[in-house]
Amino acid sequence: MRSFAALYAELDGTGSTNLKVDAMARYFATAPPEEAAWALFLLSGERMKRLVGPRKLATWAQEAAGLPEWLMSECYAAVGDLAELVSLLVDQEAESDDVPLPEWVARLRSLRKRSEDEQRDQILTWWRASPRDERFLMSKLLTGSLRVGVSRTLAVRALAQATGLDKDLLQHRLSGTWKPSANAWNQLVDPEADPGASAARPYPFYLASPLEQPLAELGEPGEWLVEWKWDGIRAQLVRRAGETHLWSRGEELITERFPEVAEASAALPEGTVLDGELLAWDAEAARPMPFAQLQKRIGRKKLGPKILREAPAHFMAYDLLEAEGEDLREVPQGERRARLESLIAALGSERFGLSPLVDADTWEDLGVLHGESRSRGVEGFMLKRRAGPYRTGRRKGDWWKHKVEPFTLDCVLVYAQAGSGKRAGLFTDYTFGLWEGARGEGELVPIAKAYSGLDDAEIRELDGWIRRHTVERFGPVRSLVAEHVFEIAFEDIRESKRHKAGLAVRFPRILRWRRDKVPAEADSLASARELLATKSD
Amino acid sequence: MSEPLLELTAAGLHCPRGDFFIDPWEPVERAVITHGHGDHAAPGSAHYLAPVAGRAILAKRLATETGPPALETMGYGETRRIGEVEVSFHPAGHVLGSAQIRLEHRGQVWVVTGDYKRAPDPTCAPFAPVRCHTLITEATFALPVYRWPDPAAVAEDLWGWWQANAAAGRASLLYAYSLGKAQRILAELTRFTDQTVYTHGAVEALVELYREEGVSMLPTLPVQDEPPGTEWAGRLVLAPPSVRRSRWLRRFGDHRTAFASGWMRLRATRKRRGLDRGFVLSDHADWPALLRTVEESEAERVLCTHGSAAALARFLREERGLDAAALQTRFTGEEGAA
Repeated sequence: MRSFAALYAELDGTGSTNLKVDAMARYFATAPPEEAAWALFLLSGERMKRLVGPRKLATWAQEAAGLPEWLMSECYAAVGDLAELVSLLVDQEAESDDVPLPEWVARLRSLRKRSEDEQRDQILTWWRASPRDERFLMSKLLTGSLRVGVSRTLAVRALAQATGLDKDLLQHRLSGTWKPSANAWNQLVDPEADPGASAARPYPFYLASPLEQPLAELGEPGEWLVEWKWDGIRAQLVRRAGETHLWSRGEELITERFPEVAEASAALPEGTVLDGELLAWDAEAARPMPFAQLQKRIGRKKLGPKILREAPAHFMAYDLLEAEGEDLREVPQGERRARLESLIAALGSERFGLSPLVDADTWEDLGVLHGESRSRGVEGFMLKRRAGPYRTGRRKGDWWKHKVEPFTLDCVLVYAQAGSGKRAGLFTDYTFGLWEGARGEGELVPIAKAYSGLDDAEIRELDGWIRRHTVERFGPVRSLVAEHVFEIAFEDIRESKRHKAGLAVRFPRILRWRRDKVPAEADSLASARELLATKSD
Repeated sequence: MSEPLLELTAAGLHCPRGDFFIDPWEPVERAVITHGHGDHAAPGSAHYLAPVAGRAILAKRLATETGPPALETMGYGETRRIGEVEVSFHPAGHVLGSAQIRLEHRGQVWVVTGDYKRAPDPTCAPFAPVRCHTLITEATFALPVYRWPDPAAVAEDLWGWWQANAAAGRASLLYAYSLGKAQRILAELTRFTDQTVYTHGAVEALVELYREEGVSMLPTLPVQDEPPGTEWAGRLVLAPPSVRRSRWLRRFGDHRTAFASGWMRLRATRKRRGLDRGFVLSDHADWPALLRTVEESEAERVLCTHGSAAALARFLREERGLDAAALQTRFTGEEGAA
């Protein structure tokens, strides 16, 4: 595991996404197939089935180190990570052979059939025979996922860099239940493209830019298609060669997360690609459920019938990129819309909707409707130029998003304090920070305090996490390990000499817990400054 | 129990029988100093007594607008009577000229360790255990998770880091405390190279003092003396942690940062600082060294100051059966926990 441990140290040592990708690419280029397969699996955030509970590990480490329980707790409070604590306490710098990563996986799996005593003896032996970084990683594998600021998308990017293969192709090959093995790895990096993969390939997404000017400056309302901006998951549905592939904007394959949509899409004509929004749909109220409902689908490996029932998925189509195998992206928006309308009408599936047009003749009327966004469960308007093509990436001019929330930033939770009253004893007062340098670089500087926006279950979950991940205590305030990213909404942003960030925000609140983001993906002070700049423009 | 030889007062640890203070944080008439770090050597007192090996450092650090301090020194192991108390200095191994202070009055012996470490350090005399009845020990890193790796191995890692950065065409910016740590690193690296290291002014001033005391280190040049447009790639720069994120860093172009400190033992402290690397190199005692020192002192009573003082005192009470307590001083030990 030595080379993997070195990779882990490198990933752990930097907040820079590019450096992480480079490090992984270098590793993938040289690691033996089976090891590379396991590394990819683990770096993608997958975990082995939990074999031994963390409490047992803590007890065994405590016994091995001969410490009283209270001192163990003091140590845990200082370290904040059980696997790391164990690796620090059972400390002897052992000279050992390099046990390959797959061998470690096999070893840990072999624990499953053992009695508790045998498990303890075996783990203690391994701890004592391993260098510290391997002891740490092995304990990490035993207790959960690696959490080293790498996502599947990032790992795939690195693999694409290492192999010269297209990342969509790799995503496709990784979709489904990809099980790590030498064989699976060799197939994954096989330079011969398989025909199924190209059939799955999505188009690059066209991303809307935030509207910076007043609506009236866009010209005549008639030149624009106005739609509601849905608060769901942007997705491309690719129907080709008798199969459906759903791609998220992060170009991750999410087909398995939305089986009902995939199933219903079988009725689409061959060679169809739709752009739209996946929503959890409340059919009775004919409106989307809160984003949190939808998020339940993403976090879970297996979708039980309960989630399928409680958060029924709906594909709200708003663009047609390919019809009968023909690329329509150069066709004007208005025409694509017309073809989309007839397609969805012909499909007649309740799983598919057509993102309705907001109908008003004047910008003034549209402005009034815009004000109703929140009550409709949408985020504002999307404005699409009728004459425009479907572009690539974030090209300004043809697609604008006009959000109700004037400002949002993705911030990292940095401090927590217990609330009072009903919230006494629970950590509910949060401080959020932005990166001082580029994303993931420098320090996190506090930008906002927020007390609301999470539901009770989320508050309880976060409370437990905070207790386990306190770095330091300053009276009632705890500084926390940088791990969780939250989207913070606020009404206004201005210069402030009193705040370390040099900026103050007004009425901040938590919009949502961005479990899909790692701290390195959170915004920087520079992004906040940009908001400030657009405001005064 | 016999009367205490030292008492905690608003100005610091006071010895009533000798009417002097040890490392007072307020100006007093007579101060006995363990070493030159700011939390131990406060300027403004009328008279100072310190180990001779620390003279140059203290003369610089204790100087005020009104001129040099009234500083007397004595060698390790020499004894001087102050009032009714026999006072002597013993090497603490913390930084150049650091000492433990031994006090004896009518057969009662107290030892104040000041800051100390047990790991080898080419820049200063090694810690010498002193037997006593009451030991006042530092406790900066008094948790079992703090165990230091072999400094020679850390130095080798550090050298490897510098070389890897050089190979990639980058400068290496290493943060280290300007008194002690920086010179220790410069001395450790002589085993690998004779290249020049570039220093921040605060570091350079103390490097000069160390050189005058005959400590062998890599050659150094002040960063500020390099002309504008200097190519920094491949060079190692030593700077105090306080310059992090300041304008001073702009000149270095593409560089990697690291911090050499005991706090780097924990991932969380390292990550929170946004550093590329952390090297676990401390001038303080780690957990095993603290326990060993308490044991070798044969003290019946142990008072612990700063850091995890409460945890160490409780451990000594409950697990070692000693009379132990935490003492609220204003010493901070190795900065950087926050």
